[in-house]
Amino acid sequence: MRYLPLTPEDRTDMLAKVGVASVDDLFANVPKAKLVKGLANLPKAKGELEVERILGAFAAENISASEVPFFVGGGAYKHHVPASVDHLIQRSEFLTSYTPYQPEIAQGTLQYLFEFQTQVAMLTGMEVANASMYDGSTGTAEAVLMAHRVTKRSKAILAGNLHPHYRDTVETLSRMAGDTLVSLAPNPGDAGADLKAVAAAIDSETSCVVIQTPDVFGNLHDLTTIAKKAQDAGALLIAVVTEIVSLGALTAPGAMGADIVVAEGQSLGVGLQFGGPYVGLFAAKQKYVRQMPGRLCGETVDAEGRRGFVLTLSTREQHIRREKATSNICTNSGLMCLAFTIHMSLLGESGLRKLAAVNHANACDLTDRLADVAGVTVLNKTFFNEFAIAVEGDGAKVVEKMAKKGVLAGVPASRLWPKDKALKGVILVANTEVNTDDDRAAFVAALESSL
Amino acid sequence: MTMNNQGRPSAAGDAGTASAHPTFTGNKALQIEEPLIFEFGRPETSGVDLPEPKKVKSRLGGLARKDAIGLPGLSEPEAMRHYVRLSQKNFGIDTGLFPLGSCTMKHNARLNEKMARLPGFGDVHPLQPVSTVQGALQVIDTLAHYLKELTGMPAVAMSPKAGAHGELCGMMAIKAALEARGEGDRKVVLVPESAHGTNPATAALIGFEVRSVPANADGTVHVSDVKAALGPDVAAIMLTNPNTCGIFEKEIVEISKAIHDAGAYFYCDGANFNAIVGKARPGDLGVDAMHINLHKTFSTPHGGGGPGAGPVVLSERLAAFVPYPFVTADKAFALVEEGGQLAKGQKPFGRMSAFHGQMGMFVRALAYMLSHGADGMKQASEDAVLNANYIRASLADLMSLPFGNQPCMHEALFDDDWLKNTGVSTLDFAKAMIDEGYHPMTMYFPLVVHGAMLIEPTESESKASLDLFIATLRDLALSAKRGEVDRFKAAPYHAPRRRLDETRAARNPVLRWVKPAPYAEAAE
Repeated sequence: MRYLPLTPEDRTDMLAKVGVASVDDLFANVPKAKLVKGLANLPKAKGELEVERILGAFAAENISASEVPFFVGGGAYKHHVPASVDHLIQRSEFLTSYTPYQPEIAQGTLQYLFEFQTQVAMLTGMEVANASMYDGSTGTAEAVLMAHRVTKRSKAILAGNLHPHYRDTVETLSRMAGDTLVSLAPNPGDAGADLKAVAAAIDSETSCVVIQTPDVFGNLHDLTTIAKKAQDAGALLIAVVTEIVSLGALTAPGAMGADIVVAEGQSLGVGLQFGGPYVGLFAAKQKYVRQMPGRLCGETVDAEGRRGFVLTLSTREQHIRREKATSNICTNSGLMCLAFTIHMSLLGESGLRKLAAVNHANACDLTDRLADVAGVTVLNKTFFNEFAIAVEGDGAKVVEKMAKKGVLAGVPASRLWPKDKALKGVILVANTEVNTDDDRAAFVAALESSL
Repeated sequence: MTMNNQGRPSAAGDAGTASAHPTFTGNKALQIEEPLIFEFGRPETSGVDLPEPKKVKSRLGGLARKDAIGLPGLSEPEAMRHYVRLSQKNFGIDTGLFPLGSCTMKHNARLNEKMARLPGFGDVHPLQPVSTVQGALQVIDTLAHYLKELTGMPAVAMSPKAGAHGELCGMMAIKAALEARGEGDRKVVLVPESAHGTNPATAALIGFEVRSVPANADGTVHVSDVKAALGPDVAAIMLTNPNTCGIFEKEIVEISKAIHDAGAYFYCDGANFNAIVGKARPGDLGVDAMHINLHKTFSTPHGGGGPGAGPVVLSERLAAFVPYPFVTADKAFALVEEGGQLAKGQKPFGRMSAFHGQMGMFVRALAYMLSHGADGMKQASEDAVLNANYIRASLADLMSLPFGNQPCMHEALFDDDWLKNTGVSTLDFAKAMIDEGYHPMTMYFPLVVHGAMLIEPTESESKASLDLFIATLRDLALSAKRGEVDRFKAAPYHAPRRRLDETRAARNPVLRWVKPAPYAEAAE
């Protein structure tokens, strides 16, 4: 038991101090008949080496993104993370600290949260940002609830090209909360039609419209017109970004009139991790700050007048407002915020712009190569680093065949829309800075031989 | 200078000496003032080398960003120094005893970090073909098996991303079950006054009304009070066990029977499950749903506030409602997502979030479980409870216990009755602990106790560590009783910051850095 410091003698001495004969006397409130007799189906303690072997064997059964030409996106992206990011987040004082309830000895956490909030606000073109959500999808569901609070209406309209997992997350919560939701059908080919459908659905009951850009198929959207249309009807525009690197190349949602911007920050610093933990970014206009969910870090001064940081506006939160709180959330993604903010600081504006440019150029290069492949159509007119292709037949089978040839090719749309027959041949393909010319050549070769 | 029995100076040094020699930089040797990145970084600087992008025709469709973002960049050495300096202003469990009751700060083993970073776990995509992630799915399945065994429950929902998210999942399963049996009109959820704030917030979020159940003089909920609050309109009770006062609810079996007899469900807040792992199983006690904070019970690091992970175990009554996605194991491991093949009777109520949950945390928790084994987890619970009781017994003569000197579980709850007329508050006492090198305990929670101080040492502490902690608290307590108010009122003296003005932060919120106005403009 390498993690347990008490010796048998310690235990005997301590029980004597407490004044009980055995440790089970301390569990006297547990009904005797209910005390566990044994856990026969679980193994006994294992040494460090054994644990490494067991988990190492599980890990070895997976194909990792760095091993193969890798083009899988669909809301999570493979990017290169500088070594210093992981080193820094493993600093004991960051890794092993808790929520900064005692600000005098948590200035490290609080200052990085303040820097993170500022970076997120700048990047999204918004006035304020919170100290993060669990991830982009739950952040989107919270944004919808926030829009309900702001507008005192309860009907949300979700664009058809919103990531289906995000849509399902919002739908689950809305259904349970008894709110109304209008979910539109996906439209990979004609991206403009999706926004037209959203515009047509807006009415006087609408609290918000939720639009992703780049959307789940990779199409880019100018949100200016729809923002005005929503706001004229008294509704809010919630913009969703699942690939945050895109904001190094694209006009910020805030500049296009968004009221709330929700994003997945996984691309910067966090890594793929088979789906989590990720980091949800949440930014809004200043006037809505008291309706925002989640934690906020604010600047103040100490008793000697020096600048310092604290958690603030907690009167919105569950530990004070209980059933009247803005949200039930009582945590953020602290360590993932740290990873994000370090990676962002290392990039800086020039680095982020260059990273975005490399991503875009690599994706453009792949679409150019695909133009010559018979039986494959690139569906997008616009995109950042991800686009959709259509093939004859079953996209999932093509992706599976390509995997057998050593190329992880993308996300078959049937994985995200299992019931939508029209999308059966669609595959989402992402290209980032990690993809080389050779990778793209391998992609094209594997695709051609898998059709 | 007097020394205590550990050979350490027992009195604070002469603070006047240091302040008589201010430094030019404001730094104090290793305690270095660190500006914001916005104050020394430059947009044109980058600490990342990138290739030149290929020349291509842009497909951005006129949406290319035109304005400057304003983001500063740091070279790699600047970034290293900035974040290392920030880290030095933080207290963590590796720094010292972190007795934050109900938050549970125990040792974070680095083996778990190493395992989570294996490329086969850290570098796999949630949507790559299922055939290429069999090992990752097996980790989820194995962890699920452990959770079911340890709780005595037949089903588990793995995807919730934190404790409060798990609560939401459990309450959604209850709502779905009620609707499935045509009793969706049950709108009331019973919540004890002593509950975590997340409980009422969760219930309200999905349209339940909260009805309070009193906390009693012994710190527990009585079955008679539960029965009095029950009615045909009640959907569920949300009860924490062991509860937030650090006490095991001794009428738990009777309470669960009363709840079930009334046709309602029993949600157990599992925040304190770490006290009873290997000792008692919620399933045996009649619980229908319970979230498990993996970061608390199975020690995944909480990194300044997150991430957590909140899988929810479900009873037979609720097992059908496990949300998407979930893992099945037949010949190969498969992932059931929306539209996938459901077994007979399965009725997933929806999806809680994108992808499959906090995989990184799953690996860490499983590494913890394998390391401890069933025997070690039981021992850990016993040691956590013993350590808390040792603290209680060692301080009972000086500090007051709201529910008398009865055994506690993994955390010892004191109140501020003993500080009456000293001029020292719970907050002051906590700040003085900082000067002694300790993270303060949880304060002012649970709300049912005036000036609560909730101390949770966990099993990670040795007897020597506890003895020094106890000696320190005794010294502080005696000092407060002697009326040495300055030691408390102006504390902390030695932290990177003196007491911070939280009222000012809330009245005039400054939530981001803004570029200062140019000098000429500012002077106008």
